[in-house]
Amino acid sequence: MEQVVMFLKQVINGVQVGSIYALVALGYTMVYGIVKLLNFAHGDFIMVGAYISLFAMTGAGMPVWLAAVIAVAGCALLGVLTEKIAYKPLRNSPKLSVLITAIGVSLFLQNLFLILFTSSPKPYPNTVNIPAVNVGPIQISGVTLVTIVLSAVSMIALQLFVKKTKMGRAMRAVSEDAQAATLMGVNVNHTISLTFAVGSGLAAIAAVMYCTAYPMVDPYMGSMLGLKAFIAAVLGGIGIIPGAMLGGFAIGLIESLTKAYISSQLADAVVFGILILVLLIKPAGIFGKNVGEKV
Amino acid sequence: MGKMLDVQELNVHYGSIHAIRDISLTVNEGEIVSLIGANGAGKTTTLHTITGIKKATSGRIFLDGKDLMATEPHKIITMGMAHVPEGRHIFSQMTVAENLEMGAFWLKDKSHVNKEMEKVYAQFPRLKERYKQAAGTLSGGEQQMLAIGRAIMSKPKIMLMDEPSMGLSPLLVKEIFEIIKQLNQEGMTILLVEQNAKMALSIAHHAYVLETGKIVLQGKASDMLENDNVRKAYLGA
Repeated sequence: MEQVVMFLKQVINGVQVGSIYALVALGYTMVYGIVKLLNFAHGDFIMVGAYISLFAMTGAGMPVWLAAVIAVAGCALLGVLTEKIAYKPLRNSPKLSVLITAIGVSLFLQNLFLILFTSSPKPYPNTVNIPAVNVGPIQISGVTLVTIVLSAVSMIALQLFVKKTKMGRAMRAVSEDAQAATLMGVNVNHTISLTFAVGSGLAAIAAVMYCTAYPMVDPYMGSMLGLKAFIAAVLGGIGIIPGAMLGGFAIGLIESLTKAYISSQLADAVVFGILILVLLIKPAGIFGKNVGEKV
Repeated sequence: MGKMLDVQELNVHYGSIHAIRDISLTVNEGEIVSLIGANGAGKTTTLHTITGIKKATSGRIFLDGKDLMATEPHKIITMGMAHVPEGRHIFSQMTVAENLEMGAFWLKDKSHVNKEMEKVYAQFPRLKERYKQAAGTLSGGEQQMLAIGRAIMSKPKIMLMDEPSMGLSPLLVKEIFEIIKQLNQEGMTILLVEQNAKMALSIAHHAYVLETGKIVLQGKASDMLENDNVRKAYLGA
């Protein structure tokens, strides 16, 4: 019985961290879907979101929900500006140039925040005062509950947006065939901006949830989180929205169970091992398939 | 019969390659005008330049007197010109219905969209049967019908069609050309690019022959069917 309780606790932990990975992975996958670019600065957008929400709460005394809204707006703007300044001029350049630029943006953001706020971690205020819930012998903390519920709501909202709204349809059209979308009257530049805004906004939500669970903010916090979310996106099939969600939860669960049953030091190695395995066995990811095109 | 589309002295380059050389052509309201020529003659480039996907080096393009080259590419459709691209370019992961809705993307009025979709379904019953299916699963002929239906959805005055018969069986080619003829009889102005010169000339009113970026011949389509040079070069006779 104790074994079962312990296992379930780890599963819940895994779902919590997995839902954060999923939100971040969505940003990677949406941007990749529309401009075929691996935005390696995406992890650092989380870091920026964390700092924005931190200062909104500690500096301006805002409640956590308002700080989260400000962080979402700030990250959305950062995403749009990054695309306009760094990526758009390279839209017709070789993929490698854009990839190197993305790494450049990542290093720039990390070092900018290092200069501005030093490398010493800043404590994140304890913000969620929701009592824990007992399900039989398992206690689920308020933070865990809020994280899981909020990310589920975000993902459902995103799915509805992409499937049901006109802007969402424009996004899918551009990601499939930008030229044909232009012929239909879709403004491709606006649509790309919107995608960066939505993806980066999701990173800000992830930032607030991550910092609530692990209350430390430093300039490098986004890189590992970003990498793991990237693996989640690849695992699910990069460019595929449900794939990013599934991949996020899978990576969270695998990491949590590895920490509990194998070794906490090995957890990262196992996660990166998954990336290697995916690339060896099914590079298109779980949901990835080659859609045959009739000519 | 006023001028609908008026292209004047168009020049287009790909890097240092001069792909289109001083092309001028006119499409009058209610006409089918056909642009024929061999592979690589510049037919597709001409259409791409008219709809703004490719930038011209010089020249002017007018639609109903309005300057198209001063118009952003995604606004061209709002001026009443639809482009059925070569290779169809349907959105293969979207459903048939979503593809049709994309055609009406620029139209604000939702009730109009539904009405127009019913019309397209009436004309292409096979699309109606498959409206929930991903467009990529359709056969080649059905995909071409979808591409044409999608263009109809945008309520155009003029339709540019690029190789609508490409890759289709002879029976389907005939069907597609019947559809084009019917569209024209209902009032649609059409600029048709085709390698199947015989079929194109048989339904067109006027035709231009393009060779390595230049217009080498133009005239009534029925005259061209009789022209010895055209017969030798393009009709295999």
